Amino acid sequence: MTVVDVAVAETTTEPPEVIRVLPQPQRLLRPGAAKPADVALLVASAVSAISLVWIIYYRLSLLEGALGFWLCSYIAFLVIHGLVVQARDGGRAARDRLAAVITGSAALALLTPLVLVVFFVFVKGFRALLRINFFTDDAALLSADAPRNVGGAKAALLGTLQQVALAVVLSVPLGVLCAVYLHEVRGRATRWVRTVVDAMSGTPSIVAGLFIYSVVVVGPLGWGYSGFAGALALSVLMLPTVTRTSEVVLRLVPGGVREAALALGAPEWRCTTQAVLPTARSGLVTAIILGVARAVGETAPLILTIFGTQYVNTNPFQGAQSALPLYVYQFIRQPSDQLIERAWAGALLLMLVVLVLFVIARVLSRSKPERAALRDARRGERALRRTTVA
Amino acid sequence: MAVADLTDAEPDAGTPGGDQPRAVAARRSLADRVYRGLATAAGISTFVVMGLIGLFLAVQAWPALKVSGWGFLTEQSWTVNDKGDFGVAALLFGTIVIALIALAIAIPIAIGAALYLTEYAPRRVRRPLVSLIDLMAAIPSLVFGLWGLFFLQPQMLGLSQWLANHLGFLPIFQVSGPTENPSTFAASPFIAGTVVALMVLPIATSVIREVFSQAPPVEREGALALGATRFTMIRAVVLPFGRGGMVGGIMLGLGRALGETIAVALIISPLFEIRRGILDTGGASIAGNIAQKYGEASGLSLNALVASGLVLFVVTLAVNLVASFIVSRSRSSAGVEL
Repeated sequence: MTVVDVAVAETTTEPPEVIRVLPQPQRLLRPGAAKPADVALLVASAVSAISLVWIIYYRLSLLEGALGFWLCSYIAFLVIHGLVVQARDGGRAARDRLAAVITGSAALALLTPLVLVVFFVFVKGFRALLRINFFTDDAALLSADAPRNVGGAKAALLGTLQQVALAVVLSVPLGVLCAVYLHEVRGRATRWVRTVVDAMSGTPSIVAGLFIYSVVVVGPLGWGYSGFAGALALSVLMLPTVTRTSEVVLRLVPGGVREAALALGAPEWRCTTQAVLPTARSGLVTAIILGVARAVGETAPLILTIFGTQYVNTNPFQGAQSALPLYVYQFIRQPSDQLIERAWAGALLLMLVVLVLFVIARVLSRSKPERAALRDARRGERALRRTTVA
Repeated sequence: MAVADLTDAEPDAGTPGGDQPRAVAARRSLADRVYRGLATAAGISTFVVMGLIGLFLAVQAWPALKVSGWGFLTEQSWTVNDKGDFGVAALLFGTIVIALIALAIAIPIAIGAALYLTEYAPRRVRRPLVSLIDLMAAIPSLVFGLWGLFFLQPQMLGLSQWLANHLGFLPIFQVSGPTENPSTFAASPFIAGTVVALMVLPIATSVIREVFSQAPPVEREGALALGATRFTMIRAVVLPFGRGGMVGGIMLGLGRALGETIAVALIISPLFEIRRGILDTGGASIAGNIAQKYGEASGLSLNALVASGLVLFVVTLAVNLVASFIVSRSRSSAGVEL
């Protein structure tokens, strides 16, 4: 072997020898990761705790109730698991282990209701929802014992569609413009506007309803109940959601996009409308979807503003309208299983709509951050090119 | 605030006094001034909306407030009449009690879940879990209310019974009815508060999680390198760092809990009286009461409902402002979205 050989080897496309003799990529050591023995210990502790509590609870019948049983089992499980780990690894490890178990079960406790709610509403509502008449009939002549194939929620669906669409038209331009003020224009009041938007997003929905009631329904305008009044109330609730989400999105637009636009001689408004906003487009759509998801399920403000009716009213500017949440709220309190089932169907539909909106928002904003960023950057580039040509 | 944002420098250039960078641009064009004016108007409009809310609630509430005077804040009865011996005291008390029950349930779970998500959860499940929590925040409160009424309430009667039987010596667990009968415990503030907790949880958890995740890695690693277990690291670094954000997140949850309407209206049966026991049937909250009483209200009683809404507005506004103040002042808050 000579020096020449080595030089040749280096110039060929073959990777040098050194790399080939490197060992396999090392597995990362994760000292905190759960090992099979830990999992076994966890399961064993749980089984022994449940058995023990079962004996005390039911055999000796000291106490009653399923909830209490699981509560006692959980406490027993913590004690047993703590003692076992302490015996194996010592007190510090046991405390760490217990903290992991307790926080993990807190996360479980947080998500269990979500699963239960989705499941429960689905089971209660899907039968009535599968009927086509639920979407094509109104509930005008619905008697308390009407079978599933009579009457539906057409009036409510139509009302919700119109009200939410109107609310989007009212609140989205204002919300995005407000976000532009907060992040692009930045006047003296920026800090205060942000605080007010925060406070606004915490305003109870019923207060928004009362506000529109006292201005639009009665009070200075006095137009009476209408779908439009409902849309106004919903847009009061959507505005902060849209504003804050949009502001976060604008913050993610790289400063280079703005600088490039301005450096090419674009005036500020062109920079915003043709470089910044197009770059942030998918994020802005997410903001709108999240706003819609918030508005579509709101019930409280609608009670005060659209009043509710079982008849189809296609004119949102005149007369009482129905809406899906209101439909659910009114039917669930009827003393009739048939009507209550329809309320569940409405609730299920509402939940499905929110789920779908949410998934769309996620897919748009999060699924593949790199690709989305790339796409957005390209879009921004194209937009910039347009700006400079124009 | 973004620091390295060159466009930022420009708006300040026009302000008098202090060191001024050389003005590069000529006067803004008309189009730009229109653009700035529009955006500023949109920003200011949020003030206007909030101001109008307060103003018009006050206008509509005035007839009722005039009749009842200051007694509106101290009277418990909600029988609205010309004599003016009605007031919001029991309602406000009930609102706060329900919100506190909700927080008592939600705080430990929210902090635990936030810690799990930032510290203990395997990397792979972290993002899906966060998505699920955001989804939970998006589910309409009406759906949670229905679930609470039809599913949770029957499950909780046994727990209420047990609390009354074994901890009944504590004033808050005392009941007036017979404890053998489960219906003594239905429609109570305790159950309403539990359902409201479900609505507080997602927002509180996501704020607290955000704060925890910003604990400086250097301090975390320092603690771990000195031999801390994860738990001792959490106690030494994460919790002290996140204290302000935790308080802020909880206050934000409190604001939500105070204003929760439909869940409370569905579950609780109205009772206008200040009581210590939380397990007993009956109670009221301002928001729930408006939803329940609105249909049958007219004239003065409607004004009274608006007046109670005004009280709710003021209380939640105060809570939310204090929350955002605390969050913005805490060390951990930089860059946290509420």
